[in-house]
Amino acid sequence: MSVPRYWREIPERTRFEGAKCKKCGHVIYPPRGRCDKCGSFEFTPYKLPDRGKLLSFTVVRSPPKGFERLSPYILGIVELEDGTRMTSQITDVNHKDVSIGMSLEAVFRKITEDGDAGIIQYALKFRPAFR
Amino acid sequence: MKPAIDVVVSGWGSYIPLYRVTVEEIARIWGKSSRHFKDELLIDEKAVAGLDEDVATISVEASKNALARAGIEPKRLGAVFVGTESKPYAVKPTGSIVAEAIGATPRVLSADMEFACKAGTECLQCCLGLVGSGMIDYGLAIGADTAQGAPGDPLEFSAGCGGTAILVGQKSKEKAPVALLEGSASYVTDTPDFWRRQKRDYPSHAEAFTGEPAYFTHITSSTKILLEELSLKPSDFKYAVFHQPNGKFPIKAAKSLGFSKEQVEPGLLVPWIGNLYAGSSVTGFSAILDIATPGDRVLVASFGSGAGSDTFSFVVQDGVVAKRDKAPTVSDYLKRKQNIDYAMYAKFRRKILV
Amino acid sequence: MRKIAVISYGLTKVEKHWKKSLRELFGEAAKSAMEDARVPGIDALIVGNMCASDLSDQNNIGGLLADYIGISPCPAYRVEAACASGGAAILAGYSAVASGMSDIVMVGGVEKLSDGVANNTTLSLGKAADADYELFFGSSFVSLNALMMNHYMQTYHTPREVFADFAVLMHKNGARNPYAQLPFEISRETVMNSDRIADPITLYDCAPVGDGAAALILCPLEDAPKYSDSYVEISGIAGATDTIDIASRPDILSLNSTVVAADKAYKMAKLTPRDVDIAEIHDTFTITGVLSIEDLGFCEKGKFAKLLDEHAFEPGGAVTINPSGGLKSRGHPVGATGAYQVAEIAMQLLGNAGKMQVPDSEIGLTQNIGGSGSSSFVSILRRAK
Repeated sequence: MSVPRYWREIPERTRFEGAKCKKCGHVIYPPRGRCDKCGSFEFTPYKLPDRGKLLSFTVVRSPPKGFERLSPYILGIVELEDGTRMTSQITDVNHKDVSIGMSLEAVFRKITEDGDAGIIQYALKFRPAFR
Repeated sequence: MKPAIDVVVSGWGSYIPLYRVTVEEIARIWGKSSRHFKDELLIDEKAVAGLDEDVATISVEASKNALARAGIEPKRLGAVFVGTESKPYAVKPTGSIVAEAIGATPRVLSADMEFACKAGTECLQCCLGLVGSGMIDYGLAIGADTAQGAPGDPLEFSAGCGGTAILVGQKSKEKAPVALLEGSASYVTDTPDFWRRQKRDYPSHAEAFTGEPAYFTHITSSTKILLEELSLKPSDFKYAVFHQPNGKFPIKAAKSLGFSKEQVEPGLLVPWIGNLYAGSSVTGFSAILDIATPGDRVLVASFGSGAGSDTFSFVVQDGVVAKRDKAPTVSDYLKRKQNIDYAMYAKFRRKILV
Repeated sequence: MRKIAVISYGLTKVEKHWKKSLRELFGEAAKSAMEDARVPGIDALIVGNMCASDLSDQNNIGGLLADYIGISPCPAYRVEAACASGGAAILAGYSAVASGMSDIVMVGGVEKLSDGVANNTTLSLGKAADADYELFFGSSFVSLNALMMNHYMQTYHTPREVFADFAVLMHKNGARNPYAQLPFEISRETVMNSDRIADPITLYDCAPVGDGAAALILCPLEDAPKYSDSYVEISGIAGATDTIDIASRPDILSLNSTVVAADKAYKMAKLTPRDVDIAEIHDTFTITGVLSIEDLGFCEKGKFAKLLDEHAFEPGGAVTINPSGGLKSRGHPVGATGAYQVAEIAMQLLGNAGKMQVPDSEIGLTQNIGGSGSSSFVSILRRAK
């Protein structure tokens, strides 16, 4: 991933800084140019919650380039406490212990490395809620 | 050494990864006896970082725990320092990655420090100075490592992963102080007991030389200087945390200085997580803050190869009680564990070349 | 707006064409289409392709192919809508002729997946997803569909075997298709025991990776008798989009792009799902096939298992699905698939389908999906002559 592309997205990826429609309050994530509920073009900053539950998951055993070292890993759709959904990885858990509906919390982890000379990419992903 | 303005600990937080590998499992692969490690060095198992973890990720979780306890907005931090010998990048500060992820940027000082296992307390000394001079309101000192031992080497049995963040602030501005710094000392000489050259994956060490001329000389000298400067004696302390490369050294150092096993044991974590290197003594301190009572005096003594020792005397304050439950304790992280075999450990620690 | 006919088609076998380059493969399909129609010339070329830029270092596909097949100086361009590039190219060609901008347009697609090595190809195909919000986390085309399959199985209590049985049916059809990449029958056990790719999807839930090219010639319906003795009419055609990432969909088991495109196409053709005799639908994975069949209106949501069991999707049933073997058995030469589907329906409606012929087919439907459902293109064809 190019450096500028990764860097631009750091606030969103690592601090869940998103946006909310100024008019109807709908949370727009991933970000879009227009509110997909009411069509407004105006947004306010909004921090996504860092807890949620698992809507669906899969165990990736044939990764795309850059993720080979991590196989097998769990990809899932997480529904956050405010209803927003996102695709992310589920970590710190054996795939045998994953179940749809389980409670999750966001954690800052490595996503991948650009070979051994490129940059390391970090983001929030999810693990089973602990405590 | 005392800062010009009184400094207190405002928050503290640790992080230990989920995975553990036992010394028996490592011994099994190399045909060694685990007895030496278990019975003499008092290490049962060590914490292993997962494939998606490194010093930056460990530092971020520890820092968020410290911020949760301190109850301050991250932008009030004037400094974020990371002490480690396993930096994710050889050149690019882990500190800026952590500062950004916790929301402390952009008006913040940041850097990575290296002094082997004393890098964490090195960061703490700097934060105490910056806060104590009035230059900043709050400073965050992190000691964290995912250090490696060469396969089959004695250090492979003890090199663990984890870290702690200590958040310090000015006493006058802190409504719920956790611990008051009475003073600190440092003792440094050029003693090459353990090192890692630029392009090597694993460190080298001078075996028995790492004992008396290195660990014991520096840690006891530094502690003696502190006690003298503050006119304190071992019996004035409720707890004493010494750097823990294994279970044997801190107990021996304590004894030679006149501290008891009872003062040392509550902060002794190495049997369950191994040596956290730059995270070692600060995580021991964190474990003490998880259980201490206001009024308790705590000694924290680190040791870093190369070589040096920082010592601190803290008196626990009233704020510790209410802040404790605002983040997971060291004990919570110790209980959260999953044992893995050597094959999985080698995969996680990238000892298998892919 | 003028009515449009497909007057000829050409397609290559789908397989790993090691010896043929991208341009040679398309050249073969285009030659077939041009020889079958008595057209004086081609006014425009619109071609679909997804991965040539990554795997063959080739952009400017329109220019390359117009040159190669000898139809310069007519205008030419590539259309890209991930795996629906073919369907999108056909919609663009339809619009060019229907509007009167051009009279004789060649549309189609070509893909050379075998030019890439395994995980480069996976990465390239994965780019159909949201690069920043899905691919960033190591998603692949397979794993995103696996998320839908797992959710479907949980929601509708559909056992794994149902999906295996659908793959078996696809292979039964494809075994009779001379153009298919995998023209052999399989058993339920083949699917259940095959390699796990992204749980619960196994190798035999997936379309194979291969190369292929297909070309169609379109012209106004009223001019068709001048150029051909047998042709079909495109009586309905539409495209639609949905969110690019699955997580943003209110119901992740509904391919809204297919629902909307099908609705528009049915209305345009003045038909309903019940009127369709044969359909070539987009089964990149067995789950994609199941959701497509439901969203095209051939089955109520969640009821696929029941209807499959009742043989509703075989000759004699409500609608024959994928007589060609579908993406599962005929193959999925990504950018060309949409054009294959139209050629296959045309073949059926004109009685040219040989061993795969479904008798008495009057109305056929094609459905081509891009990404995990972010685009769909649906066309409805009927025999004209």
